[in-house]
Amino acid sequence: MSGAKHISIQGVHKVFQSGGQEVYALKAIDLEVARGEFVCLLGPSGCGKSTLLNAVAGFSLPSSGTITVEGVPITEPGPDRGMVFQEYALFPWMTVEQNIAFGLQIKQVAKAVIQAKVDELLVLLNLQDFRRRYPKDLSGGMRQRVAIARVLAIDSPIMLMDEPFGALDALTRRNLQDELLRLWTELKKTILFVTHSIEEALYLADRTVVMTYRPGTIKRDLSIDLPRPRDVASPAFNALKKELSQLLMEEQHRHQQDEFKGAAVD
Amino acid sequence: MKRYKHAASGILVPLVALALWQLLSSMGWVNATILPSPLRVLVKWWAYLRPLEAFDSAQGSYLKWCLSGELIQDALGSLYRVLVGFFIGGGLALPLGLAMGYSRVMYGLFNPLVQVLRPIPPIAYIPLSILWFGLGNPPAVFLISIGAFFPVLMNTVAGVQNVDSIYLRVGRNLGASRLTQFTHIILPAATPYIFTGARIGMGTAFIVVIVSEMIAVNNGLGYRILEAREYLWSDKIIAGMFTIGLLGLGIDTLMSGLSTHLLKWHRGLEQS
Repeated sequence: MSGAKHISIQGVHKVFQSGGQEVYALKAIDLEVARGEFVCLLGPSGCGKSTLLNAVAGFSLPSSGTITVEGVPITEPGPDRGMVFQEYALFPWMTVEQNIAFGLQIKQVAKAVIQAKVDELLVLLNLQDFRRRYPKDLSGGMRQRVAIARVLAIDSPIMLMDEPFGALDALTRRNLQDELLRLWTELKKTILFVTHSIEEALYLADRTVVMTYRPGTIKRDLSIDLPRPRDVASPAFNALKKELSQLLMEEQHRHQQDEFKGAAVD
Repeated sequence: MKRYKHAASGILVPLVALALWQLLSSMGWVNATILPSPLRVLVKWWAYLRPLEAFDSAQGSYLKWCLSGELIQDALGSLYRVLVGFFIGGGLALPLGLAMGYSRVMYGLFNPLVQVLRPIPPIAYIPLSILWFGLGNPPAVFLISIGAFFPVLMNTVAGVQNVDSIYLRVGRNLGASRLTQFTHIILPAATPYIFTGARIGMGTAFIVVIVSEMIAVNNGLGYRILEAREYLWSDKIIAGMFTIGLLGLGIDTLMSGLSTHLLKWHRGLEQS
């Protein structure tokens, strides 16, 4: 996939104060994502991949550096960058239908248009039979479908996904990964997807960006040129898996050392 | 089936207690003035409930006659005060609670005063309430609204403050204005707390109405209990007490039914 650059991250630092010390969650991040590209941010916990995603979403702006979308710097969250959270974050007081419609309601779109859009998305995500259910009555996989539909409803060109399938069982997870790929091909979104699963990154992404553990920097930016649908048992897939495992293990090791140091200090 | 079993086991203890009580009285082990038997209470209760005069169509409808008993009139009087007091107290507490929960500035401004006034029991306002409002319903309603005010206020504040921030993040992400976030996210998310506050407030209103009727009015269940005391009618006192208990239970059941209906999306503690 190639195209004009859609998201541009330049020289981004994010500094947190922790116990009087400055901790670099992100350090000198440069990353460009092309229109329609599917990019995975991969790394151990604490590597700043979610911090980076939140910066692009506009929830927590970088300490320095710039993030632009179509050349316009990000200053706040907005519906042009729809976000899907790991914990689904559906509004429990709204039915499936109402959750999906909410973003359009905010934009004061005409009722008939909203209804048509909601109907279309219910079909697209196989949720027709659940339209009047409340989130508490849905399985994790179903909830995440609703969360994806809610973002698709506002038609944002960019989808930000923060470990969206992390809490799901393996089968549901593969199922939703396939659906996401189908939707992405159909709707041509730019996707920035955070995960700590190597296999997930290799299965989904055009490009996988491996991040380092504290300070969060980019360790490797790897194009995945395998044809889709990808065969997780193929030698090529496993060669890449091995390569990424190696990279991640190094970071995981540093993470553990850090925790031991922390334990010794405590 | 299971439900009936449940209800049956729930009725067992009261029945045993009643039987014991009846036994105590029948055997003459307690003075009937100090503790009249359940049967005597029941008889008095009926006398208290039933219309005083025979039905006469010239005096009005049959329904009006049915409701003309002393107990019904007292219960209606108490209920009226409870509801008016509850809606005044709760109606003032709700907007203030929403403002205090939403805005740090409002919280900083009002919280110290609230914390000083909150521990004062409504009963302590009795002298002032009479000075300010004289006798009759106004001082009683005033006391009840104070009783209902604080539970609604505290729970509303807590409800708004405890809205999970992820919902607000979703709202901002979807482009919701501050007003939309308030009306469509914060308010519904806080309703379970608000309903809890309303239920506690209603309970407090019931406690306060009885006390308030002992001072300033000449009907209502609280007044009747005090009046019965003057004549040492302990059977009527107990009948009045049970009436209060049943009325309170009825209202609480109604409120909890209403909240279950309105909060059918809610499943107690929110999981993700």
